[in-house]
Amino acid sequence: MTDRLAVQKTYKLFINGAFPRSESGRTFTVKHADGSLHAHASHASRKDLRAAVEAARSAQRKWDASPAVLRGQILYRAAEMLEGRRDEFAALLRVVDGLDAEDAEREVSASIDRLVAFAGWADKFQQVLGSHNPVAGPYDNFTMPEATGVVAIFAPEAPSLLGLVSLIAPAICAGNAVVAIAGARSPGVAIALAEVCATSDVPAGVINILTGDPGELIPWAAGHRDVDAITAAGVDDAQASALREGAGENLKRVTIHERPDRDAWFEASCEGPEWIAASIEFKTAWHPSAV
Amino acid sequence: MTSSIANTRTKADDVRTVREAPSVDAVMLEQRAVGFKTRSIKTASKIAGLKLALSMTDLTTLEGKDSPEKVRALCQRAIRPMPDDERVLGERLPSVAAVCVYPRMVGVARECVEGTGICVASVATGFPSGQSSIGVRLREVEEAVAAGADEIDMVISRGAFLAGRYGEVAEEIRETAAACGRAHLKVILETGELVTYDNVRRASDLAIANIRDGDFIKTSTGKVSPAATMPVTLCMLQAIADEFVRMGRSGSGRKIGMKPAGGIRTAKDALHYLVMVQETLGPLTPGEASPWMTPTLFRFGASSLVDDLVRQLRRMATGVYAAGYDLAGS
Repeated sequence: MTDRLAVQKTYKLFINGAFPRSESGRTFTVKHADGSLHAHASHASRKDLRAAVEAARSAQRKWDASPAVLRGQILYRAAEMLEGRRDEFAALLRVVDGLDAEDAEREVSASIDRLVAFAGWADKFQQVLGSHNPVAGPYDNFTMPEATGVVAIFAPEAPSLLGLVSLIAPAICAGNAVVAIAGARSPGVAIALAEVCATSDVPAGVINILTGDPGELIPWAAGHRDVDAITAAGVDDAQASALREGAGENLKRVTIHERPDRDAWFEASCEGPEWIAASIEFKTAWHPSAV
Repeated sequence: MTSSIANTRTKADDVRTVREAPSVDAVMLEQRAVGFKTRSIKTASKIAGLKLALSMTDLTTLEGKDSPEKVRALCQRAIRPMPDDERVLGERLPSVAAVCVYPRMVGVARECVEGTGICVASVATGFPSGQSSIGVRLREVEEAVAAGADEIDMVISRGAFLAGRYGEVAEEIRETAAACGRAHLKVILETGELVTYDNVRRASDLAIANIRDGDFIKTSTGKVSPAATMPVTLCMLQAIADEFVRMGRSGSGRKIGMKPAGGIRTAKDALHYLVMVQETLGPLTPGEASPWMTPTLFRFGASSLVDDLVRQLRRMATGVYAAGYDLAGS
């Protein structure tokens, strides 16, 4: 009686706090680094993207209105959850991404640290990026950063976990809602991260994660008029121009990170407020000063 | 006209109608309703379906905070659901079928839609509960008709129906139909309060027997959950089909209209309902549309459906998904 039935995990999508299969019914296979089968994952369609954008749009306003301190606490809680599951993530990075044990541990640690870094930024970037401007007159003139709204994120294939975390964390710390499309090779890491989000008090819809073929979703995300900004890494030149072309139609903010080197993602420069600047808009207000 | 049939009915006829109503197999009904969602409708057919659904919609505002300004804005949306349709689609979209308001707002709505072909529908008879005396309820109908309503949406006394006082319910439907005069009548069964499909079928048969050719039966007020669902609508469509066949044998073939209301929010839902109508009520000639595929016999009671229909039409024309601020509506 020692032989148990194997419990195989099927990776779903993460939309509006739930884990649905793709509306299209499509799946694709995830291979181990040695080429053997790891699992099946959902292959998101443009309609899944649309559903995710709708979820993000309806969640964003309340998320943005929540206190910055609270957003930071929730990001910190996500870091706690990731810390608690570090063995699972390290194992995935070893067998699917083909990292050795040391590299896998290093990437998980860096991802946790990155969440903590942006948890700290949540109530501080406003002071750093905002300003009190000198004007000639009896006025105060302030420039304040505000969340841009719904951000579509295209994550790199490698580093699969750190790349995804590095793009999601700055966007949501500023009060945006995100639709993240994970790199094609390692959907398991992305959906495991979704499970971390789902147990971290991140409100449903604030983080949505899709897996599948990013190239297929690029034109739909770029053209979608309810997406306010796009942050991408690991896209080729043709995909980058497709993103910029579609985004031009309603003036989305497009940021494409050129980081071909895996090690570059580990640098401290990836934790700076300029990463938050990819998903904010500046508002300048005049106010009569009491002279 | 068959209105004379309705007028000469007695309470004994009403009791017989209810007693003879067929019982409904709930499992089969729900199974069949789910099946209508599996049809694949693409490109040209989808666009035609979306436009048809738009032309069948009763744009509705039934809130305590309704004001003349809000009703006027609603009417503008009813007339021109997509203000930039000519630029984006290259053609004018149809107007919706009707605007549905409270009796006090009928005059305002009438003024706004005059000459556009859009009907003014008014809820009446103590909407949404129906808990007023019959005299007050009929007076409300008369006032709405006098103010210019083309259609009256009445509610039945669900309490009386559930208590088995079918004659009383039938009598109020007959009196309301008489008070409507030239206005069309829609009888709201409020299926969410009728509990079982058998009750829905009995109430449908009772209403159908007491209204005139071309009048409607309608699922819900929109104030009770659940509102319109596909199984409930299918049950009522079957009652309409049975009535058409029964009367058709004697040569008069009454066509009763159907209006699911409340809960239909997406273009996809609307297309599922159209499939259900087409496959349940005809077509009488193979290859043609069912005679019910027209705004004079089928309506959607909805306020947010129009936004999604327009959004889908826009998506199909431009190839990109629209943002909230692209839509003229709410």
